[in-house]
Amino acid sequence: MGQIITIDPVTRIEGHLRIEVEVENGIVKDAWSSGQMFRGIEIILQGRDPRDAPLFVQRSCGVCTYVHYLSSVEAIEDAVGIKIPDNARIIRNLLHGAQFQHDHIVHFYHLHALDWVDVVNALKADPKATATLADNVSNAPWGGASYFKRVQERVKSFVDSGQLGPFANAYWGHPAYKLSPEADLMAVSHYIEALRVQARAAKLHAIFGAKNPHLQSLVAGGVTCAADLKPDRVAEFKYLWKETQEFIKNVYIPDVLAVAGFYKDWGAIGGTANYLAYGDFPQTGEGSSSDLMPGGVIYQRKFTDVQKMDDKKITEHVARSWYEGKKDLHPYKGVTEPDYSDYDRGGRYSWIKAPRYDGKATEVGPLARVLVAYGKGDPGVKKLVDDTLAHLSVPATALFSTLGRTAARALETVFIGNAMENWLNELVGNLTKGDDSTYTPWEMPDKGMGRGLNDVPRGALGHWIEIDKGKIKNYQYVVPSTWNLGPRDAKGQLGPVEEALIGTPIADPKRPVEVLRTVHSFDPCIACAIHVIDPNSNEVYKVKAL
Amino acid sequence: MQNEKEKNRQEFYERLEQKGISRRDFVKFCTFLTATMGLSASYVGQVMDVFAAPAQRPPVIWLHFAECTGCSEAALRTMYPWIDEVLLDIISMEYHETIMAAAGHQAEDNLHAAMSKHKDKYLCVVEGSIPTKFDGAYGKVGGRTFLEIGREVTKHAMATICMGSCATYGGPQAAKPNPGGYKGVSDALGIKTINIPGCPPNPINLIGTIVNYLLMGKLPALDSNGRPLFAYANTIHDKCPRRSHFENGEFVTEFGSEEAKMGFCLYEMGCKGPETYNNCPIVKFNDGTSWPIEAGHPCIGCSEPDFWDEMSPFFETL
Repeated sequence: MGQIITIDPVTRIEGHLRIEVEVENGIVKDAWSSGQMFRGIEIILQGRDPRDAPLFVQRSCGVCTYVHYLSSVEAIEDAVGIKIPDNARIIRNLLHGAQFQHDHIVHFYHLHALDWVDVVNALKADPKATATLADNVSNAPWGGASYFKRVQERVKSFVDSGQLGPFANAYWGHPAYKLSPEADLMAVSHYIEALRVQARAAKLHAIFGAKNPHLQSLVAGGVTCAADLKPDRVAEFKYLWKETQEFIKNVYIPDVLAVAGFYKDWGAIGGTANYLAYGDFPQTGEGSSSDLMPGGVIYQRKFTDVQKMDDKKITEHVARSWYEGKKDLHPYKGVTEPDYSDYDRGGRYSWIKAPRYDGKATEVGPLARVLVAYGKGDPGVKKLVDDTLAHLSVPATALFSTLGRTAARALETVFIGNAMENWLNELVGNLTKGDDSTYTPWEMPDKGMGRGLNDVPRGALGHWIEIDKGKIKNYQYVVPSTWNLGPRDAKGQLGPVEEALIGTPIADPKRPVEVLRTVHSFDPCIACAIHVIDPNSNEVYKVKAL
Repeated sequence: MQNEKEKNRQEFYERLEQKGISRRDFVKFCTFLTATMGLSASYVGQVMDVFAAPAQRPPVIWLHFAECTGCSEAALRTMYPWIDEVLLDIISMEYHETIMAAAGHQAEDNLHAAMSKHKDKYLCVVEGSIPTKFDGAYGKVGGRTFLEIGREVTKHAMATICMGSCATYGGPQAAKPNPGGYKGVSDALGIKTINIPGCPPNPINLIGTIVNYLLMGKLPALDSNGRPLFAYANTIHDKCPRRSHFENGEFVTEFGSEEAKMGFCLYEMGCKGPETYNNCPIVKFNDGTSWPIEAGHPCIGCSEPDFWDEMSPFFETL
């Protein structure tokens, strides 16, 4: 048995995650991903008014604040058989697109960058050389030697104050950090600028969604923002969209490419084998067949052979999670009884369940979506991917990696962001024609079953609802981080993050920054990932106290 | 003393200008914040000093329990002052799992170092509620329950601020049947807290509370639920811009209808504004961009105790 390294808490994520790896001869040999919190939202939903479900499940996550809200209203619409007006589809696409723009910027700069960027090393940079570097790689609206000097002084006075706040006691000076001091200073500057960019980008949500986090303008049947379909709101949206998209194109993408240039070895570390995308962004009322980002399944990295996605092939395992039972079940039939025991690497060790597609552990998220779209030959995605591979002089196999995942996230942000302009024009076209419809009236049925399948920033998201006597009988959701961060299944197959960590080189077991790189590349969202349902009764929570 | 203040202020303006913020913008922000806090205009100068002065930035320890990180995200959206100024220039965020660079043991070390170095002097902000059943086994960080961590960290805090409705009242996980025995912080730990409920709250109300504390050296006046009166003294209904439609009997009875397009009152759609205390209609969200009723959605009462049970079904009339 090699040395066990535990990282708990894993920071710069949403939620409470514990990661353990076994290291032998400087290489990760085995890995365990464990969710450390259980809330039980689905149990709480039983017996409630189905119209309240979207507001409850939205509170699974305040980071991907829009996505559960969306899938939940779509599950109700599927159960009732509601077709929403065209404007409602467009506004939902716009809000979802804004979620991608916001989420991916925050992920790269504030949750992921410090795995690659050494803040303290930036103090050694020459501001003039930094300005030259920045001019060569990006079109950022900020720059020049005096700008970088100011940022450096600000960071220096921060460090000199002895109050390092969020930057205290990290892995600074670790040999795995490869950026030049100048590249570090450029990245730190953009880290700070991006704090403001994200606050402004979030206004996109408020325009048609009341507020961010936790938007409040969706209902089964459409959207409520009927009074906001006015030229001033559209103009406000367009202006902020453009500002955000310019940051993405002129700063985010160039930064990802610049950082990637120093870390090409990470194009061969942290990959997985199978990929799943549900697809999203319906371009017409025809639904998923018109998705901008298509759905599909890739086995064993064969991205030229994308299979059709069939949600009947989804099951969830609990054999290694803190729930009773061993059998894997489809979400419509999910049965779970919490059964907490000690953390046991050889037995049960997580509150997260283990979803499988066709019995296989599959990665979901930006890389899965980009691979599926690339494999299906989408010209826009193909060009973005091919240009990036050429720019970095790496083969297509480099996509199956930590670096590939981080690059795919940036590329889809541009791709989806570009499409938003068309949607906004479409909305204006409808309003000009006099179509300002936003809602389809409906009545609650006595019975119904429905699902909402979306592809959201962190990956494939599904909500399943069963309505009986006009109330929620059964509610289940399988979220991206459950797919990615879930534990082993009954057969002992590792979850995607566990699989991705195997083979990672570790320079210093006391400071495992390499583990964080791969874990963060999945953008974990653990509050979302842990959920439980018990369709039989509300009184079967057997939890062994420690 | 006076000269030193003036010197601090001047230096501060220079730093602001270096960052591209004009003195005018800064005064505007402080005036807005002073007004939000319910203080008279004569306090604007003192509010400005709070931001200009600190040689030692006040230490803050931010704990995450059972939550969705929406309250942290809300804080990240603050624009007056910008969040980078809050983090780099105004406070010292000693521990915050979502943004801190350190992880694992190093993160835990930061927590313990901050607690001992700033004993009885740090502000503790809590986001999320605490599971109390099964000795708190439903939520852990670093192998310790939220219950243990909460007891230890709040014990030597100068004050504990509950950010959001989960920390204040328990949140959605505490809704019936509350499988984990989730409780708000005050209830779970038996301590007095300053409460800033909302799902999530407006970040201006957090900033206002912290500034009030730094300015006056004491807590702002609170209502019986521990909420600062500067933000939670009036109901949504009292300050609602759609109030005249209520008085005139002009109601929305279906989403997407002509009445909805005209911005009529949402009372019949289940609006909980008449029973909800908060300043949403005044300050709105995301730089004053909008708020739920402006977006045509009824208020769900998210700053009220146990609103997930008490205010639901959300679309049924009060």
